[in-house]
Formats: sequence, structure tokens, C-alpha cells
Amino acid sequence: MRRILPHPLIALGLLLSWLVLAGSASPGAVLLGGAIALAGSWALASLAPPRLRLRRLAVLPGLLRDVLAEVVRSNVAVVRIILGRSVAGTRRPGFVHIPLDMRSPQGLAALACILTATPGTVWVEYDSTEGTMLLHVLDLIDEAEWVRIVKERWERRLMEIFE
Amino acid sequence: MTHAADLPVWAALVVALLLLLGAGLALVGSFGLLRLPGFYERVHAPTLGTTLGIGSVLAASMLFFSLLQTRFVLHEILIAVFMVVTTPVALMLLARAALYRDRVERSGAVPPPPGSR
Amino acid sequence: MSVALLAWAVLLAQLLLLAAMGCAVVRLLLGPRAQDRVLALDTLNVNAAMLLLVFGIRTGSSHYFEAALLITLLGFVAMVALAKFLMRGEVIE
Repeated sequence: MRRILPHPLIALGLLLSWLVLAGSASPGAVLLGGAIALAGSWALASLAPPRLRLRRLAVLPGLLRDVLAEVVRSNVAVVRIILGRSVAGTRRPGFVHIPLDMRSPQGLAALACILTATPGTVWVEYDSTEGTMLLHVLDLIDEAEWVRIVKERWERRLMEIFE
Repeated sequence: MTHAADLPVWAALVVALLLLLGAGLALVGSFGLLRLPGFYERVHAPTLGTTLGIGSVLAASMLFFSLLQTRFVLHEILIAVFMVVTTPVALMLLARAALYRDRVERSGAVPPPPGSR
Repeated sequence: MSVALLAWAVLLAQLLLLAAMGCAVVRLLLGPRAQDRVLALDTLNVNAAMLLLVFGIRTGSSHYFEAALLITLLGFVAMVALAKFLMRGEVIE
């Protein structure tokens, strides 16, 4: 089974997105989509990514809700910064080094996507020997506060899911 | 716009508001690209358009076509998922490339590479 | 009622998006460095995809959607290649 279909979830996702894109579930579309899904999962298997183990998926809905709320909140914050009167006044942009305890590559990728997708923070670099990441923040008020936000709000829950 | 005649007024209102919100956010983001000084600050500006901006335009499009064709239109979710996955990756790569260039040229105040601390 | 409302909203949204693309083009021309231009190109790309989606609502045809999907796909590949080029000076190693 593993040899024919190395990544069943990825293959299913590819098939479903093909059917949505084609807008029909006719036999032809299913056949073509199935072929694409098989080819895609084989291609992924040849890249040999580290095996993904998901634990505690119950945390996921709350996490997604918080990500959405955070995106909306920081959108408003960044709009106020851009349209504000003094661009170089009290606001101080800067880099923060944040020590991370998470080592799972998928968890780190998820954290990077969350942080970069929220306006106002961009993940710049990760150093795997020391386990620290470099974050650029548009409105850096307190470095310790940002370390606390990242670790408490995102890293703890991502570790529950991925490690 | 005669094809929209069957659309109920509440739906037209919601679609209109979502469209204006999305376009407005894209404009503010692009304006920030002009106004903010320094590259690392400008990286943050387009994220407005790529998160909530395109999100609300996609929601407007989904609502519009779902109500008019009386079937649920799922196409837009594909773009949404795709944008959510790809734009952070692209921005991260660009920020890393900029950091690398600044370190090589030793220009501006960028943190030193990890090994040298 | 709903037709008039939507027609105005679509027109206004298109104008806003055009202004946004104008801002991105100005940044693209100003630079000052290559990474600023690449960032402006990405913004231009996303704004163009949004403009296509608004066109789709205006004409009531879903063909614009595919163009928007293609633009975002090609934009991502272009961004990755350009970032790689900025880092190494080579696209394919």
C-alpha cells in the first residue's frame, strides 16, 4: 500500500482540488485527477520529506480561529501605521532574536507561515544549530514582549500538534 | 451589469462592501510600499493585500457567483489556500535574500550572521 | 437597485486597485535596490489578480478566475526564482 500510494492524504487533496478546478465529477475528470494525484504523491515520495506525525488535532480549530483574529487585528494595526501622521516618529522597527524550543521541521514551517502571513511581522532567518529565529517587526515596542507573544501564543500550541 | 439583476439587495450590499474593503486594503498596502522608508519596513506593507485584501475580494466573488448560479462555488477557495501557502514563502525568501545581500555589502544596520556572534 | 449599487461598487473597487497598481509601479521604478523592485513586482501581481477577480464579478463570467489563478501561480514561481537570483546570482545551480 505504501509503495503504490506513498502519501494518501496529499493524493486525496490533489484529486479534490483537481475536481474543484474542473468543476465536475465526471469519470474523465476523476481519471485524469487520479493520475495527477498519483504522480504528485510519487514525486513527493522521491523528495523523501521527514515523516509527518500529527498529535492532538483538537488544538487545531482554536489555533486557526486565533490566527484569523490575529490577521484581522494586525491588518488594522498596520493600516494605522501606514496612514498615521508620523512615519518615523515614535514607531521603531527592528529585528528580534527569538529562541525556539520547537525542532519539528513541519512545526517550524507552520510557525513561519503564521508569522509572515500576519502583517507587521516577517520571519527572516532560522539558525538550526542554536535554535533561534530572526524576526523583523514593524512596530517593535518591547523585545521581551514579542518573545513572549511568539512562544505563548503560537509555539506552545504548534508543539502540541507537531511534536 | 444586467446579469446581477436577480441578486437580492442585502447580497449586493455585502458584495459591494467586501469589494471596497479588499480594494481599499490593497491600495493602503501599495501606498505603504511607497511611504515606508527602508526595505525591511516595506516588506510588511503588501501583506495587507495578500491576506485580508484578497480574502475579502474572494469572499465577495464566492458570494456573488454562489447566489447567481444557485450552486456553491468552490473555485475561489483554491486561490485562497494557494495564496495562504505561497505568499509567506515568497516573502520569507525575499527577506532572506535581502539580508544576505546587506550582510555581504555590510550596508545598513542588519544583525550579523548566526555563526559570528 | 442592486444592479446600480454593484455597478458603482465595482467601478470604485477597480479605480482603487488601479491606484494601488500605480503605487506599486512607482516603487518599481524608484527602486532603490533590486529587492525593492522585486517586492513591488509581487505587489503588482497580487493587485492584478484582484483586479481580474473584480472584472469577473463585473462581467459575470468565471473565465477571469482562471486567469487570476494563473497569475498567482506564475507570480509565486517568479518570486522564488528572483529571490534565488538575488541571493546567488544564478537561478539554477
